[in-house]
Amino acid sequence: MTGQAHTGRPSKLLRNLNSKIASIPMMLTAVVIFLGGTVWTVVYSFTNSKLLPRAKFVGLDQYERLWSAPRWIVSIENLAIYGVFTLVFSLVVGFLLAALMDQKIRFENTFRTIFLYPFALSFIVTGLVWQWILNPEFGVQSVVRSLGWTSFTFDPLYNADIVIYGVLIAGLWQGTGLVMCLLLAGLRGIDEDIWKAARIDGIPMWKTYLFIVIPMMRPVFITTLVIIASGIVKVYDLVVAQTSGGPGIASEVPAKYVYDYMFQAQNLGQGFAASTMMLVTVAIIIVPWAYLEFGGRKRG
Amino acid sequence: MAETVSIKPGPALAAATRAGIEPRGAKPRRALSGRNIMLYGTLIVAALYYLLPLYVMVVTSMKGMPEIRLGNIFSPPLEVTFEPWAKAWATACTGLNCDGLSRGFWNSVRITVPSTLISILVASVNGYALANWKFKGADLFFTILIVGAFIPYQVMIYPIVIVLREMGIYGTLTGLVMVHTIFGMPILTLLFRNYFSSLPEELFKAARIDGAGFWQIYFRIMLPMSLPIFVVAMILQITGIWNDFLFGVVFTRPEYYPMTVQLNNIVNSVQGVKEYNVNMAATLLTGAVPLFVYFVSGRLFVRGIAAGAVKG
Repeated sequence: MTGQAHTGRPSKLLRNLNSKIASIPMMLTAVVIFLGGTVWTVVYSFTNSKLLPRAKFVGLDQYERLWSAPRWIVSIENLAIYGVFTLVFSLVVGFLLAALMDQKIRFENTFRTIFLYPFALSFIVTGLVWQWILNPEFGVQSVVRSLGWTSFTFDPLYNADIVIYGVLIAGLWQGTGLVMCLLLAGLRGIDEDIWKAARIDGIPMWKTYLFIVIPMMRPVFITTLVIIASGIVKVYDLVVAQTSGGPGIASEVPAKYVYDYMFQAQNLGQGFAASTMMLVTVAIIIVPWAYLEFGGRKRG
Repeated sequence: MAETVSIKPGPALAAATRAGIEPRGAKPRRALSGRNIMLYGTLIVAALYYLLPLYVMVVTSMKGMPEIRLGNIFSPPLEVTFEPWAKAWATACTGLNCDGLSRGFWNSVRITVPSTLISILVASVNGYALANWKFKGADLFFTILIVGAFIPYQVMIYPIVIVLREMGIYGTLTGLVMVHTIFGMPILTLLFRNYFSSLPEELFKAARIDGAGFWQIYFRIMLPMSLPIFVVAMILQITGIWNDFLFGVVFTRPEYYPMTVQLNNIVNSVQGVKEYNVNMAATLLTGAVPLFVYFVSGRLFVRGIAAGAVKG
């Protein structure tokens, strides 16, 4: 019997064996870590795990506790403010820079290098530099005051009401270069003839951008949007470096909440529940996009 | 006169042809038109804003503390000193130990080098399998992998801690290298799959007819033909892994902390007098490696992030 199996057609499993072996890391990562890990975390968010994960289910207790925790509420508010402003500003500034760069300027490479270099730096470095620049004793505030404007106040990192905008300044500095690059690539993808036609018709440049070019760049904008948005949800190191969540809890963000509860407060259940909420947030962003992007294509 | 006329449009034309576009728009305008002043003015102001933090870092790191207390952060150093750099590298305290950033630097090297090599090796072979040796079900795994790239890391961190603990490598550099390989996989596999798919299929078929197998085609044909994409992947991984903070702090013990974690501990440690010049020198030292990669790689870096950005 066994001899026959060897001389016959190779079994289905063994066909293309090398390719399957080469794909083992991918299969394990996809199934065990990405799928399994996510399901595991979601399931354990319904338990009252403290120091160690325990499968004692308590329903929605962790979520109730989460949504009644002031720190979580502050985190969500901060994420919303940071998110909305990052989206708006990085798209607007990024597009303006890209449009300027697209005017057949000289030194384009130099300008691009300058706008993009912060993106090569880590959030830790970004956060620390801006912590220093926004330092009220030595930074921008003190410089303006020494120029004679003595009542000038600009201390976002020490003012609980506006601290998240201090983080925002740093985040925008780091990320707009990327947005500019993506949108510039999109602008370069617009057919020259569109521009020629608009010029022949005497349409002013700003109108051509607003009503013709930007609508044509919709896919690029959506991709950029998704990239920015999924980056926003993950924001963590920037806050850790720049403010450590302070003053008080004024600049906390969800990702930090997760880390602190999982690895410092030894309250795993809270950490799991909070991370599941992060997952839900991302799903709200990604699912409609994926549906538009890939679901529509299949039907079309 | 004739000479100036022939020279003037030179660079602009060259730039246009380099970009692969024919000249468009009206005839060349005077250099100092209102439009150009606006255009370059805005760009230069923006460029100054982007350069400012780098400048502040550099000048602060070269001042002495008395000068920092008296002067303003934008003024160049009156007395240039490299002491803060030496201190940041060798003797700055993190609250745990006082041997400066050097320890973190070498840890980061020991993390980045194997992580980059292993993740690229795994992902390139994988992308090659997906592009040329597709098997049943491969697309399903690949889809999960790409969708998984959007899942916040926080969701998967704890299960990975458990897996690493079971394997006995939680807290070690090996474990961290594995984590970087895992999370580098979606983007790198996508990058390589797309690249290998774009290579002419005849090449692959010819090699098959000549009797070459899976590994032979990979090592003798695909690999030598794809060096640029390997460089792009390397840039992506080196900067990404060097800049990582979260994985470093979660998956390693303090003695293996990468440079970013150590930098944060040095600057944000509550003990002692704050030495801003040392802090900025340390920050610059940590940023130096990705900045170096960025400035050397130039266009390839842009290509890397564009590849990372465009899905599918």
